[in-house]
Parts: sequence; structure tokens; C-alpha cells
Amino acid sequence: MTTMPTGRRRWRNTAVGLSFLLPNFIGFLVLTLIPVGLLFYYAFTEWNVFGGATWTGLDNFRQMAADTTFWTALRNTLYYAAFHIPLTLGVSLGLALLLNRKLRGVAFFRTVAFFPYITSIVAIAQIWNMLFSPGYGPVNELLRWIGVDHPPGWTTSADWSMPAVIIVGTWRDMGYYMLLFLAGLQTIPGQLYEAAKVDGASAWQRFRAVTLPGLRPTTFFITVLLTIGSFKVFDLILVMTNGGPGQSTLVLAQYIFRKGFEENQFGYASAVSIVLFAICLVVTVIQFVVNKRRSS
Amino acid sequence: MTTLLTSASPTSQTDTPDSVRRKPRAWRILGYLALGAAGVVVLLPFYWMVLSSLKSNNDVFTIPVQWITTDPVWSNYADIWSKSNMTTWLGNTVFLSAVVTLLQVLTGSFAAYGFAKIHFPGRDVLFLAYIGTLAVPWQSYMVPQFVMMSKLQLTDSLWSIVALQAFGALGVFMMKQFYETVPDELLDAARIDGMSEYGIYRRIMLPLSVPALASLTLITAVTTWNDYMGPLIYLRSPDLWTIQIGLKSFINQYNAEYALIMTGSVLSVLPIVVVFLLGQRYFVEGIATTGLKG
Repeated sequence: MTTMPTGRRRWRNTAVGLSFLLPNFIGFLVLTLIPVGLLFYYAFTEWNVFGGATWTGLDNFRQMAADTTFWTALRNTLYYAAFHIPLTLGVSLGLALLLNRKLRGVAFFRTVAFFPYITSIVAIAQIWNMLFSPGYGPVNELLRWIGVDHPPGWTTSADWSMPAVIIVGTWRDMGYYMLLFLAGLQTIPGQLYEAAKVDGASAWQRFRAVTLPGLRPTTFFITVLLTIGSFKVFDLILVMTNGGPGQSTLVLAQYIFRKGFEENQFGYASAVSIVLFAICLVVTVIQFVVNKRRSS
Repeated sequence: MTTLLTSASPTSQTDTPDSVRRKPRAWRILGYLALGAAGVVVLLPFYWMVLSSLKSNNDVFTIPVQWITTDPVWSNYADIWSKSNMTTWLGNTVFLSAVVTLLQVLTGSFAAYGFAKIHFPGRDVLFLAYIGTLAVPWQSYMVPQFVMMSKLQLTDSLWSIVALQAFGALGVFMMKQFYETVPDELLDAARIDGMSEYGIYRRIMLPLSVPALASLTLITAVTTWNDYMGPLIYLRSPDLWTIQIGLKSFINQYNAEYALIMTGSVLSVLPIVVVFLLGQRYFVEGIATTGLKG
């Protein structure tokens, strides 16, 4: 190998290397990269049913600016994200801290906490819709039992459908993020806690001074994942409320679905997709920049 | 089962046994209370599902809620097969999960070897393309993807779902991360012995990476099994439906048959729970090392 001339060796390496990548890369190129590229063309076109695209420049975006349903979907998406992100962060971190202690049953609970995440959306949405059933559901029965006289209508009420969706979304995701937090907790060396104890730090002080800084890379990573996950929330809502009642839980991804697959407006749906795309990209970039500044 | 669960426990604990003994009793009790409450919150919906699937339809919603049923209605589990096309749905889903997983594991690990262990110009640029798409949700390019697939006449076929799911970036990431932990010296030794890169991949890397392959297999299989949006958009003919689409249509059709709906839900969840419990160690490791999915 070492005697082979560098030029030829390099060429051979490239050929062999590419042969490893290609089976996956061709699929990735055709099914992900090309559609993402096409998005930026379709968004500036108008489609008719027979499959022709006409270039219309910024028309789709002008239409979007005046489209109240689009703004409702955007507002609802922000509403979901604004509650789902901090709630899931808090709950999953709390669970991870709890499971990082030496208590009996911790291994069992870690398995169990993961169940919601591996259970299909259809089953989960159906179970919770029944639990949330206003008249006879166990959730409202519990609420009445603890003294709430007029418990909310949950998925049947325009005001309470979004909170219901947020609760189920958090319930579903917490086990997954808990696992990531647990992995992060285990990278913090135990000596740091010992040293803090020797210095007389209380449990709260140890949490502030050792746990939180030690978890910073994990928390950053989880926040990025959670943010993208919140903005693209879709199937849960589609199955649980179908965007309703009214438009109370209509989110961006579902609006794209409606325009694209129910009304065949591929151009307009692509324009809305670009907004979703841009939000996720901008949020990720901001988080990376902030994280970099903070850690330096 | 017990041994499996305990063997999956985290490797290091932040507290030493000493400090645990000194910890006030109240804190431990509080810890157990919190653990118990969290367990109830997580498990109760599943309990409700199984319980309702064993009730007669009129007993599902009662006041007060019946938290146990003395007379389980097993016939629900027979009725669901005659009232729905469960067999077709499950068959399609098993087929999809198997093919997608096989392709993802093969092409993913193959590409990962190229990215991790062979140096050639342009490699890092290609890898950047994979990373770049991480921040791009599928929901934002599902429309152009569908238009493209329609033009290729690849819709309304199980193969469209295979194409959609089999070439995700996840497999490449996970396997690359694992392969990078394998020392280069080992491979160089094999190269000096005259082994080709393909030989090294097949005879050294694959056997070494069995745990990572197991993680990827489980995660991909479960994701494909649970996928709702892909089949919803691409599979129009009822005989192609997967369990998720079928279950949803069943819910729409029999929307007041609560007990049967829960029976169907149990059947759609059961295979996943079994797979998860059997391989949960790999599952948990896979998630914890990559933190990538969806």
C-alpha cells in the first residue's frame, strides 16, 4: 500500500470510498436533497390539477401575508412551542434527576417512561381523547372529585383543545428527553459532587453549581431537538383534534398538508413550507450562536 | 426479565453508597412518592386502554369509572378480526418494517464505513449535506417529495414507503459514530495483510458493531411500524394500508365502539412493546448515544 504512487492511491481511495457511500447517498439525494431543492422552485409557482407549474414570482407569499388562516396556524404553532418546550424540558429533567438516584424500581421506571414514546400516535391520541372525554372521562371525573365544579371540555372546547394537545405531547416526549438527560447526568464526574459536599454546599447549591453547568451541552442539544420537534408538530394534532374545534389547534405543518394534499395547491403549500423551513433553520442557528457565546 | 432490566441500569451513579446511607429518610420517601406518581401518570393511560379493551362497550364510560373489570369480555379480541382487515394491515406493516429496516441497516452501515474510515476528497462535503438536513423537518419538504414521487409513478405502492424511510440520515449517523470508536491501527493491520476495504467492513466492522446494528434495527423497525404520515399520504388503496392507517379508518368507521377501538389499539401497540422489552438495552443505548430520531 505504501509503495503505491500517491496519485493512483488517492484515485483508488476515492473510488472505493464512493462505492461505500453511493447506495445510501443516491436514496438520500433523490428523496431528501432534491425535494428540498425543488421546494425553493415550487414555492414561486402556481399549479393546476393537471400537473403544470407556472412561475408566479412572489405571488404565493403575497397571498400568504393576507391569509388569516395561515396566521392562525403560525400563532397556534408558536402557542404549542411556547408551552411544550419549557414543560418538556422541566419534566424530563426532573424525571432524570429522580432516576439518577439510588431508589428501588428505578430501572423498571426507566423502561416504563419510554412506553409513550414508542407507542403509535393513533393509539395514543385515541386513548387520550377518551380520557379527556368531557362528560364521562376519567380526567374530568378526577377534577370533579378534587372540587372543580365545571371541568374544561378539553378537545371539544376551542379554549382547551390546545392545552390538551400540549399535555399529551409532553406526556409522550418526556421519556425520550429524560433518557438524553440521564446520559448527560452520567458524564458529570462524581468527585465534583463530593468536593461540593465537603465545601458544605446544600443540595440546591450543588444542583446550581455542579449539575446545571455539567448538563449545559445536553440541555443545549435537547433544546434544539425540542424546538424543531415543536414547530413541526403534526401527526399528534391531526389524529387527536384534526386542527379543531374550529381552527383552535391548526398548526403550520397541518396547514401545509391541507393545502398540498387536500386542495392540491402544491405551489402555495410549498411557500408555507418555506416558512416552516426558515423558522426551524433560524431557531437552530440562533441557538448555536447563543450556545457558542455562552460557552466561550 | 428482571435481569435484563437491571443490567440496563446506568453505569455510574453520582452518589456514593456512603452518602446514600446518610441521606435523611424523608428525602427517600419523597423520592419514592415522586416515582410512584410519575409511574401512575405514565402507565394509567395504558392501563385504561387494556381495561377498556376487555369491557363491553356500555361499560367503557361509566360514572364512577370502573377501574377493574370482574368479567373480561375476551370476545372483543375475536370480533376485531371479523370487523376489520387486521390481517392485511398487520401483514403490510410487518413487510414494510422488515424491508425498510434491512435496507436502512445495510446502506447506512455501508455508507458510515466510507464516512468514518476511508479518506478521500469530497467526503466531508457529502457528510455536511447529511448534517444540514437534520434541522430540516420532513413536514417542510413532504409536498415537493410527493409531487416528485407522483411523477415517478411511485405513489400508492408499498415501495414508496420503503423509498421514503430506508435512506434516512439516522443510520449513517449512528453507525459512523460507532465506527469512529474503532481504532485505525486495527484496520491498518488488516490492510497490510492484504484485506480489501469491503473485506474489512464485512469481516471486522460488522461483527464488531453488532450492538450498534441492533440499536439501529430496533429504532428503525419501531419508527416504520408507527409511521402514520407517510402511509397516510402515499397509500390510497385499502389493501395497502398499514396498521396505523387501518386503525384510524376503523376509528372513523366505528366511532362509538369504544371497547373495540381500544382492542385494535392494544393489537397495534403489542408487537412494539414486545420488541422493545426484548431489546430495550440496545434501544436505550442507541437513543442515548445519538439522540437522533424523527
